[in-house]
Amino acid sequence: MNGSDVAVQSGIQPVSDEPKSVGRSWRLSADFLFHKAAVFAAFLAAAALFATVIAIAYDSWTAIQTFGIWGFLKSSQWNPVTQTFGAFPFIVGTLVSSTIAMVLGVPVSFGIAVFIAEIAPPWIKRPVAGAIELLAAIPSIVYGLWGLLVFAPVFANIEPWINDHLGAIPGIGLLFQGPPMGIGMLTAGIILAIMVLPYMSSIMRDVFLVVPSSLRESAYAMGATTWEVAWQIILPYTRSAVIGGIFLGLGRALGETMAVTFVIGNSNVLSSSLLMPGATIPSVLANEFTEATTKLYLSSLIYLGLILIAVTLTVRLLAVLLMRRLGRREGAPA
Amino acid sequence: MKSLKKMGAALALTVACALVIPAVRAQSGLTGAGSTWVYPLVAKWSATYQKLTGTEINYQSIGSGGGIAQIKAGTVAFGASDMPLKPEDLKAAGLIQFPTAVAGAAMGYNIPGVKAGQLVLSGPVIADIYLAKIKKWSDPAIAKLNPGLKLPDLDITVVHRSDGSGTTFTFTDYLSKVSPEWKEKVGENTAVSWPTGVGGKGSEGVASYLQRIPGSVGYVEYAYLLETHGSYARMINRDGKVVSPSLKGFQDASGHVDWATAQDFYVILTDKPGPDTWPISGCTWQILRKNAPKATNMEVMKFFDWGFEHGQDMAKSIAFGPLPPSTVEAIKSYWKKELGYSI
Repeated sequence: MNGSDVAVQSGIQPVSDEPKSVGRSWRLSADFLFHKAAVFAAFLAAAALFATVIAIAYDSWTAIQTFGIWGFLKSSQWNPVTQTFGAFPFIVGTLVSSTIAMVLGVPVSFGIAVFIAEIAPPWIKRPVAGAIELLAAIPSIVYGLWGLLVFAPVFANIEPWINDHLGAIPGIGLLFQGPPMGIGMLTAGIILAIMVLPYMSSIMRDVFLVVPSSLRESAYAMGATTWEVAWQIILPYTRSAVIGGIFLGLGRALGETMAVTFVIGNSNVLSSSLLMPGATIPSVLANEFTEATTKLYLSSLIYLGLILIAVTLTVRLLAVLLMRRLGRREGAPA
Repeated sequence: MKSLKKMGAALALTVACALVIPAVRAQSGLTGAGSTWVYPLVAKWSATYQKLTGTEINYQSIGSGGGIAQIKAGTVAFGASDMPLKPEDLKAAGLIQFPTAVAGAAMGYNIPGVKAGQLVLSGPVIADIYLAKIKKWSDPAIAKLNPGLKLPDLDITVVHRSDGSGTTFTFTDYLSKVSPEWKEKVGENTAVSWPTGVGGKGSEGVASYLQRIPGSVGYVEYAYLLETHGSYARMINRDGKVVSPSLKGFQDASGHVDWATAQDFYVILTDKPGPDTWPISGCTWQILRKNAPKATNMEVMKFFDWGFEHGQDMAKSIAFGPLPPSTVEAIKSYWKKELGYSI
């Protein structure tokens, strides 16, 4: 394979009117190296993922053989003493805490993005956007400690109110009953919501800002309100990017470890109430990995990790399908 | 041809990635790994030991499970575990173990109107609280132990460690000894399937829940309670005496063990007799490989022997009880017997 081959493949046409000199061949060999480096980088990422999945599957083999796939997924027993393990409470905990984070985080992110892109006067745009992005720079253990030491005591004072008002509603009231401890599934969901805000809101803001001014100005000229412009002009125009941003946030919420471990209460018993303690897959891993002394115990923990990868992949797949579908409906390529 | 090359490259990369397994590598001096609970003691001893002898002890507190795995793999000179290995497991893996120091756990609580040290609890009552059979502080079983103390009609919130921990092993082992129902339904381990309650990560997690949740009760390492001035309950020990947690109480627990006859020091210090004995006392074990180079094992033995003899005040200063001389003698003859050499 020679240099000009590569140049053609990369879509670069050799420029004919350029004077033939050493410079040109130097540029071509540099381009050849760049091409190789880019291919290498891409393969490195794919290989790392592939190798990780293989290593995890290999290490969880003992547990897969012992409990099977369906048996492990549906069992609520997690008992290191009798060495019986099941993932059900943790899968539910992971999905529920992330759902709470999305229910709370998505509308707020949308609000922030609309504020920055549409409403805010220029002098306030920068500080607000900067503050939101700084949230992403805070290490998750700090969120965990803040949640445990600062947020949970305050929230414990709000919980009796939640208990009395939301808990009294028939049906969904079941979700809001329990002792006011300040920690539990709901607290974990709220902390997660704060943690994923910067990711979702900055993506939404960026795409809102690229909506052509002609579109939004025409809408305003026809008498549309800010809400109507945001909801009927900007959002449809940027829909697939917004959904991409939401799923990026969701992916982060699903895998968050330390912050959740501190505030979720770490109970392996499933509870109907969001005010009660629970556990997620990452929190169990963080808690029990260091002292898992038997092979089956360790293998079961790694098996949980494998399931988390499967859950995350499923979520990504759903995102891709959803975007394709929306794209087709709008007649535009996704 | 090209795609084949690419595949080959990808495969090579995959293999390379799979081979890079993080391992604790031995550096100059001695390397140990394991229990987080014994870490402060080993760290304190090794700092002074290095100044005196120049031998560097690099101890990594990766947890008992990791410590056992590393010593089995032979990547470290010694492993440390909060839960002793059974003699048959030691034999199968070609390992030996010996105790390091004694300590204990105490019950912290947060009951409005009840001051530190006022509450008295017994093993069976704690087991019933942790089994969710006793749900309120005004329960007659608690009142019976505390005549004259006014206990509120408040729900009990049970707090336990969420992370695997030697403290949990010591605590659940004690409950298994005093409550047949606990032994049958829950059992003892560094992590168990808790019937009720909330889990705090680490001692600081449990302590912060205790501080905040009115009506809470939870077990915490004594050293940590001392440091944070948390309130702890007195307990009724095996002899029926009411005792406060103390170093002497932990040492008395080990004093009532005939270490010389216990095979591989497989003895757990909970619920031991003696008038001053603290019931929830525990221990940490060091694990060595029989077939490790003699020089390495000698270095490890020298270090711990130095600690047993000269590190007693250092141990006491961080709430670890030094082993009595008779136990140290028993350890030395155990080394001689198992390894064929001793210091």
